[in-house]
Amino acid sequence: MQTADKTLDEILNLAAAHFKVPREKLSPDDDFFKTLGIDSLQTLDLLTRLENHFHVELPGYELQGVSDFRTLAGKIQARL
Amino acid sequence: MNVNHFKGQAISWRQEKGVVQVGLHRSPCNELGSLSLAELEQFSSGLADFEKNCHAIVIHSEMPSGFCAGADLRELYERTAGMDKSLALAGARDFLERMHRVLNALDASPLTTIAALHGVAFGGGLELALACDLIIADKTTRFAFPELRLGLIPGFGGIPRLKRDIGNAVIRDLLLTGRSFNASKAHQIGLLSQVVAEGESLNAARATAVQLGKFDRHTAATAKQFIKPIPYDELKQEIDIFCGLFSRPAVQAGLKKFVESQEAQPYLP
Repeated sequence: MQTADKTLDEILNLAAAHFKVPREKLSPDDDFFKTLGIDSLQTLDLLTRLENHFHVELPGYELQGVSDFRTLAGKIQARL
Repeated sequence: MNVNHFKGQAISWRQEKGVVQVGLHRSPCNELGSLSLAELEQFSSGLADFEKNCHAIVIHSEMPSGFCAGADLRELYERTAGMDKSLALAGARDFLERMHRVLNALDASPLTTIAALHGVAFGGGLELALACDLIIADKTTRFAFPELRLGLIPGFGGIPRLKRDIGNAVIRDLLLTGRSFNASKAHQIGLLSQVVAEGESLNAARATAVQLGKFDRHTAATAKQFIKPIPYDELKQEIDIFCGLFSRPAVQAGLKKFVESQEAQPYLP
């Protein structure tokens, strides 16, 4: 199983590439809604891309209240 | 009405080489309200004409955000808030019955119907897709029945059709948790005919429609009628259950919360 740090790094890379935000502007504790400037439908898009990338299933309700990359990485790591 | 092509405010269609291509294009994500319904009814009234020289219907979305985010909850809330309960209920029932007539006609059409999906296919959007014979989705597609968060059940025939096509366990999972799942999962459980790369669902649906044109229409229609019974009794029951729930205070409270929500995640039940 890959490390939590690698999972977090891959999430940041994926989010930066997909939403066209410079990778260096993203930090693990950033509020991804604000940093990426995404709405709820785009959040679902991000969720789908993360599921496809990591080959996991992540029920949306597990993400209620989650807004930073580090916590998001923890949720994914728990399903790898 | 010219049935060969139509350009509406919410949907458009055109006929080409025996295929009717229907595009949904109401911002932000093809929410199904009174305007969409009226145009879907126009489309539905042309089905008999399409049967004369077409073999397939492809339904897709022209909106980048997805296929369809479901019923127009904002319109539902604005039209019913503060209204006399019995009038609001009568309006909701009328809307559901009209939508059921459209989707039942699509479901029972002798033409082969294909839904080409991307992005969000939630609630009424999933129900529209379920009325089609084949569902082709790209890898960005997500499916959900989030109605329970509003104190409702899906009202456009989703439960009976999903039960017919897949089974009760999947409905319980989707319905009782309100969670969404992606195209890989949907393919795994048998909901999808094909999963394709991002942006390719319409191309795949068109290619499939060409293949369908190789077969004798009467035989294809007979096969469809045999294998795809319409669950009319359960569909009627669904409307009754929906209307029974609709009068409860929890529904108006749920609609109000959704419409007025400033949360970043209103689509995550």
